[in-house]
This record gives sequence, C-alpha cells and structure tokens, in this order.
Amino acid sequence: MVDILNAIVALTNFVIIPATAYGAQLALGALGVTLIYGILRFSNFAHGDTMAFGAMVTILFTWWFQSMGISLGPLPTALLALPLGIIFTSGLLLATDRVVYRFYRQQKAKPVILVIVSMGVMFVLNGLVRFIIGPNDQRFADGERFIISARDFKEWSGLREGLAFKTSQGLTIVVAFICVIALFWFLNRTRTGKSMRAFSDNEDLALLSGINPERVVMVTWLIVAALATVAGVLYGLDKSYKPFTYFQLLLPIFASAVVGGLGSPLGAIGGGFVIAFSEVTITYAFKKVLTYLMPEQLEPDGLVQLLSTDYKFAVSFAILVIVLLFKPTGLFKGQSI
Amino acid sequence: MKNALLFGLVALLFLGTGLFQSWNVALSIFNMALISAILALGVNMQWGFAGLFNIGIMGFVALGGLAAVLVSMPTTTEAWTAGGPRVLLSLVFGALTVVGAILIRTRMAPGRLRTILFLSFLIGGFILYRALFDPARDAIEAVNPAATGYLGGLNNWGEDYRDYGWMTLVAWPVGALLAAGAAWVVGKTALGLRSDYLAIATLGISEIVIAILKNEDWMSRGVKNVIGLPRPVPYEIDLQQSETFVERANALGFDAVTASSLWIKLNYTFLFAVILIILLIGAQRALKSPWGRMMRAIRDNETAAEAMGKDVTRRHLQIFVLGSAICGLAGAMMTTLDGQLTPSSYQPLRFTFLIWVMVIVGGSGNNWGAILGGFLIWWLWIQVEPLGALLMEFLTWPLPEDSALKAHLLDSVQHMRLLTMGVILLLVLRFSPRGLIPER
Repeated sequence: MVDILNAIVALTNFVIIPATAYGAQLALGALGVTLIYGILRFSNFAHGDTMAFGAMVTILFTWWFQSMGISLGPLPTALLALPLGIIFTSGLLLATDRVVYRFYRQQKAKPVILVIVSMGVMFVLNGLVRFIIGPNDQRFADGERFIISARDFKEWSGLREGLAFKTSQGLTIVVAFICVIALFWFLNRTRTGKSMRAFSDNEDLALLSGINPERVVMVTWLIVAALATVAGVLYGLDKSYKPFTYFQLLLPIFASAVVGGLGSPLGAIGGGFVIAFSEVTITYAFKKVLTYLMPEQLEPDGLVQLLSTDYKFAVSFAILVIVLLFKPTGLFKGQSI
Repeated sequence: MKNALLFGLVALLFLGTGLFQSWNVALSIFNMALISAILALGVNMQWGFAGLFNIGIMGFVALGGLAAVLVSMPTTTEAWTAGGPRVLLSLVFGALTVVGAILIRTRMAPGRLRTILFLSFLIGGFILYRALFDPARDAIEAVNPAATGYLGGLNNWGEDYRDYGWMTLVAWPVGALLAAGAAWVVGKTALGLRSDYLAIATLGISEIVIAILKNEDWMSRGVKNVIGLPRPVPYEIDLQQSETFVERANALGFDAVTASSLWIKLNYTFLFAVILIILLIGAQRALKSPWGRMMRAIRDNETAAEAMGKDVTRRHLQIFVLGSAICGLAGAMMTTLDGQLTPSSYQPLRFTFLIWVMVIVGGSGNNWGAILGGFLIWWLWIQVEPLGALLMEFLTWPLPEDSALKAHLLDSVQHMRLLTMGVILLLVLRFSPRGLIPER
C-alpha cells in the first residue's frame, strides 16, 4: 500500500506537476499562434521571439524593482513587472503591424508571403533581444521557491518519496487558468470578442455586417502581446530565461496549435497539454515508479526510459505527424484550408 | 546589363576584402559563399520553381555532414567487432517493425482487431528493438571513448587514412543521397497537406536530425565532435616541407606559410566552383525545359495544372527530394571544408533562415539571383560585425570613455548581424519583392 502511494507521489512529482506547468505555458503560447492564424491567417514564426521580447522587458523592470527594494513578499517580483512588459510588447507588436504587416494585408498577399515576412520580423526581434539583454542565461526569480518542498512533504507524510511543488509551477497554473477564463469570456461575451470570432469564421460576411477589420486586427495583436508576454515570463520563471530557448519553443508551440486544430482556441489549450504530457512521459525514466509497483524479482534493470530527454522535439513532431495523417483538422476541429 | 553590374559589385566587395583585410580572409569567405550559393540554388528549386516552403534546410545540411564522417573517417575496427553488426541488425529490425506495422494498417480491414494487432506489434517491436540495440550501442561507445567510441567511417585503408582524401569526394554524393532519403520520407507525409504543414514538418525533421547527431554517440560521437576529417586537397604542413613549393612561393614573393594556406583555399575554391557551375547549368536547363515550365505552372495554379493532367503531389515530391539532395551535397562539402563535424554548431538561424534571406534577396525563381544572393548575403553576414563595430565606435563617440552604456553597445555588436539580416529581408520584401534579379 505504501509502495503504491510512493509510486503515485513519485509520478506526480516528476511527471504530472512539471507536465501540467509546461502544458500551461505551451497552451498560452499556442493560443497566441492560433489567434493570429484565425484572424490574420498566417503562421507567425516570430511568436517565440515575441515571447522572448516580452519576458526581456519584464526582466529589465524586475531588476529595476529589485534594485529599489520593491518586492511582492513570497511571490516573484516579476508579477509586478508583468503589466509593464505587456504594455511594451503591445507597443512593439502594434508598431510591427503598422510598419510591416499592414502593407501586405492591404495587398491581400498570399499567406506564405506573410510567413516569410514574419521570418524577417523574427530575425529583427531575435537580434534586438540579444542586443539588449545578451544571449546568456538570466535569473530573475525571487520570493519563496516552493509551495511544498520535498523535505516538508516527507516529514508530513512519512513517505520515502518527496513531493516538491515550486511556486513558479503553482503560479503558472493559476495565471494560465485566469488568462484562459478571461480570454474565453472576452471572445464569447463581449461585442469586440464576438466580432473577432465572426471575422475569423467568415471574413467577407463580417466585413459586410460593418465590422471594422483594422480594429479587430489591433485587438488581436493586443491580446497576443499579453498572452505571449505572460507565457514568456512564466516559462522564464519556471525554467530559466535564455533567448535561444524561446526560439526553440516554436516547434512545440506550433505542434500544440496544429494538434489542437489551427484557429481553435480550445484546441490550442488541449494541444498544449497533449504535447506537454507526451513529451514528459516519454522522456521520463520510469525505473523509480516501477520499482515501487513491481514485485522484487521483476524490478527493471535499466532506466525504463522510452527516449532520451534530448529527443523531446521528436515527440512533439511525431504526435504532430500522427495527427496530421489521421485527422488533418486537429483534435478540436480547427480550420483546414 | 544590370545583372552583370550586380555581380561586378559583389566581386568588388570580395576584392575589397582581399585588398584591405587579407586575401586569406577574402578566400575563406568566398569558399563559404560558394557553398552558400549551392544551398541557395537548392532552396530556390523548391521555393522558386515549385513554391514549396522548406524551413528544415539545417537538417539536410547536417545529414550531408554526417555522410562526410560516415564515408571518409577511418573504421574503428574494435568497435565494429564489439557491436557493429548487432547495431545494424537492430536497426534493420526496427525498420522491419515499422514496415510491418504499416502493412497491418493498410492490408487488414478496419476494426478493433486491427487496432490491437497494430499497437501490440509496434510496442512489442520497440521493446525487442531496444533490447537488441542498447547493449550493442553501449559496447561500441565503451571502445576508447576519449578518442573514438564510435563505429567510424568506411575509410578502411589502414593507418594512413589521410592519404585517401578522395574518399571525401565520394562522401559528397552520399550526403546528397542521405538528404534525399530523409526528404522523401518527409515529403511522403507532409506534401499534399497545406503549405504551413510542410513548413512545420520540415522544421521538426531538422531539429530531430540535430538531436540524433547530438545523441547517437555510436554513429558520429555526438557532442564530442569528430575532428580531423581527411581532405581532398593537400595539407599545409606537407606543402611547407616540399622544396619545390617553397621555391615557387618565394619566387612569387610569398612566404611559405601564407602561400600554403592560400593555395589550399584556392584548391577548395576550384572544387566548389566546378560543382556550382555544373549545378547551375543543370538548374538553368531544368528551368527552361518543359519540366521547368510544368513546375512553374503547378506553382502558379495547382488546380489548373491538375486539370491538365499533371500529378501535382508527385511532381512536388520530386522537386522537394531534388532540392534537399543539393542541400545535403552542400552540407557534406561544408563539413569537408571545416574538417570537423560539430553538431552543436548547427543553428537554425544560420543554416535555415539565412539561406532563405539569400534566396529572397537574390530573387526567387531565378538561379542567377539565388547565386548572387548567396554571395552577397554571406559576405554581409561575415562583414557586418567589423563594419558594425566601426559604426558603433562612431555612434558612441560622444559618450564618455567609462560609460556602461558604451561598453554594452560595443559588446553587443556581434548581434547586429541578425538585426541587419532581418531588416534587409523586410526591406527587399517590401520594396523589391521579386528580389535583385527577378524571375523572367
């Protein structure tokens, strides 16, 4: 009985909690990609670098607050700097839209041209972020590190396995939940949100009924800026901030959006968790869990790891391919053009 | 006329580098520019001829590099006896499992039985594969891990494997074949879906190729890198010791060291230029042939082409494999030029997106444009850093000597190149979307 409890705790500690936090981060990223796809109709390759930019601004303000001695007590100071990060990122995205994307929208350029344009924006943002904050790891997390620390849990429960729940993980889940609720409330209940959905479903009909496309696009960029900054900051708090890792997040984020169904917000969330859980489960070494569950003579010798951790890209990619082959519109019926 | 002018301008850039910096620098940029031009030709086939959006160039380049190692490096005999055949056997077994699973899915009637059989076949096959593969891999990696710890290549001519530099020339087409094989698998699954999906699929496959190169130590030593690949050209040391060479160099007014490194770079330049010219002639003929016209017809209007009886998916697969093979060839050449395979140096910004900047800036759909873009953008990529440093010195001149901002700005100059490339791409797309040498 105790063995089973130990196995459950080990599994929760190493798989369920990290995968939930990672899934929430991916879901927030994928929501941004999917919104741009739904409204502006192109895959935005600059999204990873937008996240990096938002996180960078937040980090700079966090450092400033820290140097002035402002803190949130047990919570990370970055939360306080987050609104400022969102404001700057919104400004940046609106500026790129005005300077870059609007021209192609008026030209009614093909989506693939917009994708290439977003590659150019990606280069510029990547250079900008590295220019300002440098390519190295930056630490900006402060406050209480754990909600539940492994040692406290062991003392409390008397089990051999510890359960650690980091503040950043708890925060990720709570903040992501709030963001998603707010987004769905906005899309389903407000006038602007409804006009956005109408625009995404049928552009011509929406234009006929007097929806101002430029306004819809502007609101989209604002929401995307907020989502990208939140996702970027949460990822940075949970793991660490390094501009290049944000660029690499592009693949799992796109995989999440496509697996869920491009253009479908619900799908982006579902896809994020599907990708995160499969990445973590397939690259986790199950030896520890199995030792508790199996009778002694059947205990595994190896690590019982399906794939080494570096293959996590391969996992998101494999799921992507499977979904594309068997259900091209994604699990949640996105758009397929 | 305008095109000749543009090429003349780029030639001036390289001549200027030679005159003001050094001929050594100019030649090494030029050699890499030749390879970049070949890469741009390959991507231009996919994008310019057929409108296929491939952002996994890095993966095909890396596969070419892998081929260079697998063919030209000496065989590690002990490792082969330790586990070579077993690894190959387990790989064959793994491939058979996949084939079997596909057969089950395609040949059996849909139903619960098929699903159960399909899944249990895959899972059982995977477990057996790991049971075969893992011990063999460990045995190979245990053989002298500091120096080898991998199977090595096919250069099985004994101690003086460096004398068999022609093996690297064999490796180049093998690199093309490897890349073509990978492209065939990707194309089979992702072509025929929407263009965005091909983009994401290629992005994924390139990351996987790099992950494999970094992790499969038994194959190419992973992040421990393979160094000292044999060369198709002589070594500097040998030249410097040869009396006739030193005499000739002195007669021309060079010292032996400079002359040897210049001469070897020139050798590479010759090899690469020959390949570039062959590929250019081929690409030009392909573009003008009925096949090329068909490709452009498909690109411009798939529905119409299909109505004319063209098999769009097959033609797409064909040109996707062809373009990727060229990328693999260029990758093998690049690894030969570097003399080493370092998987961690493969960065998508440098190996995928930079090539895209070359193709777009040069002019998509025009082979000459792709080549011009390759030369121009590669020169800029290298030279933006020193030029940016000069510019920064100038801009920060009014700031006091000890200001932190000035130090930061001067330190960050190396990141200017990304910024510059992005700005160039955006400007070209906006004001000259068809590139410097537009398609005719």
